Amino acid sequence: MLPGFKLTLGYTLLYLSLIVLIPLAATFAKTSALTGAQFWRVVASPAALAAYRLSFGVSLLAALVNAVFGLLVAWVLVRYQFWGKRLMDALVDLPFALPTAVAGITLTAIYSEHGWIGRWFGSTDAAGQFHGIKIAYTWLGVFVALTFIGLPFIVRTVQPVLEDLDVEVEEAAATLGANRFKTFFRVILLMIFPALLTGFALAFARALGEYGSVVFISGGKAQIVPMLIMQELDQFEYAKATALAVVMLVISFLLLLAINLLQWWNTRHRERI
Amino acid sequence: MGPASAFHAIRRAGRLRPTGEPVWVRWILIAVALLFLGLFLVVPLVAVFAQAFAKGAGFYLHTLADPMTLSAIKLTFIAAGVAVPMNCVFGVAAAWAIAKFDFPGKNILTTLIDLPFAISPVISGMVYVLVFGAQGWFGPWLFAHDIKIIFAVPGIVLATTFVTFPFVARELIPLMQSQGRSEEEAARTLGARGWQTFWRVTLPNIKWGLLYGVILCNARAMGEFGAVSVVSGHIRGVTNTMPLHIQALYDDYNSAGAFAVASVLAFLALVTIALKAWVERKGAALAETREKITA
Repeated sequence: MLPGFKLTLGYTLLYLSLIVLIPLAATFAKTSALTGAQFWRVVASPAALAAYRLSFGVSLLAALVNAVFGLLVAWVLVRYQFWGKRLMDALVDLPFALPTAVAGITLTAIYSEHGWIGRWFGSTDAAGQFHGIKIAYTWLGVFVALTFIGLPFIVRTVQPVLEDLDVEVEEAAATLGANRFKTFFRVILLMIFPALLTGFALAFARALGEYGSVVFISGGKAQIVPMLIMQELDQFEYAKATALAVVMLVISFLLLLAINLLQWWNTRHRERI
Repeated sequence: MGPASAFHAIRRAGRLRPTGEPVWVRWILIAVALLFLGLFLVVPLVAVFAQAFAKGAGFYLHTLADPMTLSAIKLTFIAAGVAVPMNCVFGVAAAWAIAKFDFPGKNILTTLIDLPFAISPVISGMVYVLVFGAQGWFGPWLFAHDIKIIFAVPGIVLATTFVTFPFVARELIPLMQSQGRSEEEAARTLGARGWQTFWRVTLPNIKWGLLYGVILCNARAMGEFGAVSVVSGHIRGVTNTMPLHIQALYDDYNSAGAFAVASVLAFLALVTIALKAWVERKGAALAETREKITA
């Protein structure tokens, strides 16, 4: 028997309680200061409903776009050889490493009307009338920021599964007369599906909570839930902020549970194939 | 040349491969993937540095040498300098307990450790305001004893610790679980004391995983924005970290200044990515050596 069990477990529980669990409990305790009706008025207010709609809608869209392109990137990085591949592989982690505030101001600069990319989508004429599509300072800007933030999640969960994939299965499918297209959609996609879904859930969960990059590019024009909570905090409306936070916390816990189940499925699935 | 090697030669030529795509499909897929990565990763990265030098190198250096910038850099290093070692010690302790022993509730504990990753940064900062803020649980007591946590440096350190809490632990737990406990048990049988076993056997085995966790933990600690934004109070030169200083400059319509500070963080992000790739290779090599020895 190895030593140190009591010491390490005791320290783990103490530190976890002090840093995470007790402060989180304070949030739930604070909402008890509100009556049920008051709580409902805050979490079902028009501003809150609009924020949920934007947060969920755009996070879902960004995670979907990342699922498609993330899978493509993972595929290309695992299966093909090309110049600059290792650099691109390393660069995929950039959204993990780049502070969100830096991402926020940079994406705003690129996608605003005079930015490197924004200028191709629309401009203001001499009369001050805007023609085209505005990206920064609209929900589209929020979408760009959340896509950037979620990009590595899909690639990094799908990549190892694709690497481990047994080529024999694909050969068998080919022998049985399936063309490459059919093999991909009927065989490969099925085998990597748990990983893809896990990555999707991780990207979605991260997008729901994201604040730093969105606050700059939305410019207050499109408000997601974390921005609404921040606004209440700035006005010292702690009870209101807490009520909204409790809604988000419950959703986050459910997502965490779902992700854990998905990861367990993913591991079991990988052991079988 | 036998039929088998002829078959392989044709396969190598890439023509009759049953499990490959035609060349034109490959090129299209590579092109689309590179376009996507270029648009979302390379363009922003180039833009940070281009914008930072928009007003010339003189203005850039002037911004970085500004006392407010220097104080923000100092505070960022203080916050990371406290949060990272604390979470590092915690990560090793938690991984030791979880990977080397069996006890009920282990899965729940592992999930709870991951909790801060699932929580919005804004909420991560808010929880400390509810505990230590003026209207919080300990607010009146802290006020009576003239201790400031919220809108002061301790609050920033706490918020940073919260958001970077799981990084080291979640790297070490699976690694130590996969390594098992036989090596430590052998060391004990040979008469090594507890700490001796840890320093001489466990630590060399987990060093690359530990370093990996520390690198990720540090990157997040230095870049955190939402959580520290809630507890900071935005007092310039006192409670602004580098990301908060970027926001302050940006809100002053000093875009070149904001990007100058941002470029420092972007540079640190590039260093992080390079270190991460290096540690990944080292860690994989170590795991391979271990497999060869045990096989």
